[in-house]
Amino acid sequence: MTVSMRLAAAAFTLAAGLGLAAVQAKPLKITLPEETAAFKPGPNREVVMNNCTACHSSDYVQTQPRGAKFSKDFWTAEVNKMVKVYGAPIEDADIPKIVEYLTATYQ
Amino acid sequence: MLDRRRLLAGTTATVATLGAGSFLGSISAFAKTVTLPFDNGERPMAQYPQKRPMILQTARPPQLETPFSVYNEGVITPNDAFFVRYHLADIPLDIDPATFTIEVKGKVDKPLKLSLADLKKMPAKEIVAVTQCSGNSRGFSTPRVAGGQSGNGAMGNARWKGVPLKAVLERAGVQAGAKQVVFGGLDGPVMDKTPDFAKALDLDHARDGEVMIGYEMNGTALPMLNGFPVRLVVPGYYGTYWVKHLNAITVIDSVYDNFWMKTAYRIPDNDCHCVEPGTAPKATIPINRLNVRSFITSVPDGAKVKAGETRLKGIAFDGGKGIKAVAVSIDGGKTWQPAKLGKNLGNYSFREWHATVRLPAGAHELKVRATSNDGQMQPMEASWNPAGYMRNVVETVRVTAA
Repeated sequence: MTVSMRLAAAAFTLAAGLGLAAVQAKPLKITLPEETAAFKPGPNREVVMNNCTACHSSDYVQTQPRGAKFSKDFWTAEVNKMVKVYGAPIEDADIPKIVEYLTATYQ
Repeated sequence: MLDRRRLLAGTTATVATLGAGSFLGSISAFAKTVTLPFDNGERPMAQYPQKRPMILQTARPPQLETPFSVYNEGVITPNDAFFVRYHLADIPLDIDPATFTIEVKGKVDKPLKLSLADLKKMPAKEIVAVTQCSGNSRGFSTPRVAGGQSGNGAMGNARWKGVPLKAVLERAGVQAGAKQVVFGGLDGPVMDKTPDFAKALDLDHARDGEVMIGYEMNGTALPMLNGFPVRLVVPGYYGTYWVKHLNAITVIDSVYDNFWMKTAYRIPDNDCHCVEPGTAPKATIPINRLNVRSFITSVPDGAKVKAGETRLKGIAFDGGKGIKAVAVSIDGGKTWQPAKLGKNLGNYSFREWHATVRLPAGAHELKVRATSNDGQMQPMEASWNPAGYMRNVVETVRVTAA
């Protein structure tokens, strides 16, 4: 094969490769960044870590509204929602501990 | 010559390496934060795979908000700035489109298993359409409500290419008595008891010729976090229906009543889809069409501008009737002047507008108000509902001219 023939062959391979890429979508793999948010220090933090972090990061708690209306009743309703609506396997005894932590730490 | 040959060979090798796209993200590289203009509004900026730095609402499941300045770049929202919202944490991170399939099943004569290549062989359609999170702007809800506390950046406008769902349903043959079509994606819950995410549309809507299975977004494959390799495109409807990583289409002869249709994403069943703040609605319906909204994009709130003539620019959109008119006010809404509408990319798209206003020295409240072709106009006062959905109050930008 002469150099020019090889060149032509290489160019053809490249063109065919590009043509194929346009028709067949490529596999895609992504890696998510590491989570940087963490639950703040507070009472029963380990209970929260055990029960909440399997399904969501701590910023789901951190970003919620603050103030008088977002205290114990609010957090009780949120924890109950996690159990009843989203099926979180939280033991009954842990529920008040989680509420205590959230009320003391995020308001 | 040899050099050129090597160059060519090198190029081929590069193409081969890029064959399997692999993308990493980072948070630490962008340590800065932004503060959305409501209480507890501080958020980190983070760079996720295939994305530019975005506002990190939540890490897992990921919710990324588009920085508002992006909407001033143009009416098409770039893929790398398009917002991301997942409900459940078990999300796909590695997909080979060569083996990916969509199942079409249920009340059909001929169940199908379609590959991406099968879809791409069918006649394609393109549409420019906005998708917006139901809870976009929830952080501004007064009184505040629980949920994702978004600013105004959980919306985006893209040119979608795909296959009309109608054609796919016709190929499968919908049986008599069918009522709805249910859509499921690859993302799922971490716990067995958590309701898997799936949404439903009425059959007539599903085969209106506009709802489609989208495999391209702004001329390229969808980013993973926006639903690669295909997502449902439901022009005019809230983002909750735009199921990502769509892999199951099920025709049913009943009204779908899973958690995501029957309990979540419900709005008050009245004209304003609102109730007295702090109260509960008597009856609710599933959220559906976008209401009319508009924004000033060229001037951020709190900006200092030159006294005299200023050109304002922004966007307006609605649920598919199209924008009839946009008006701006420089005196807090006492008087209004018409804005000029930009190029029309279709009734489901953002519509650019611009207006030249004369600002005397001093403080001004700039407002923008859009009216859709069916006569809907944005309200001056924000309405309220318990989930903080569908905010569309006339927006205000405060500036000082000097």
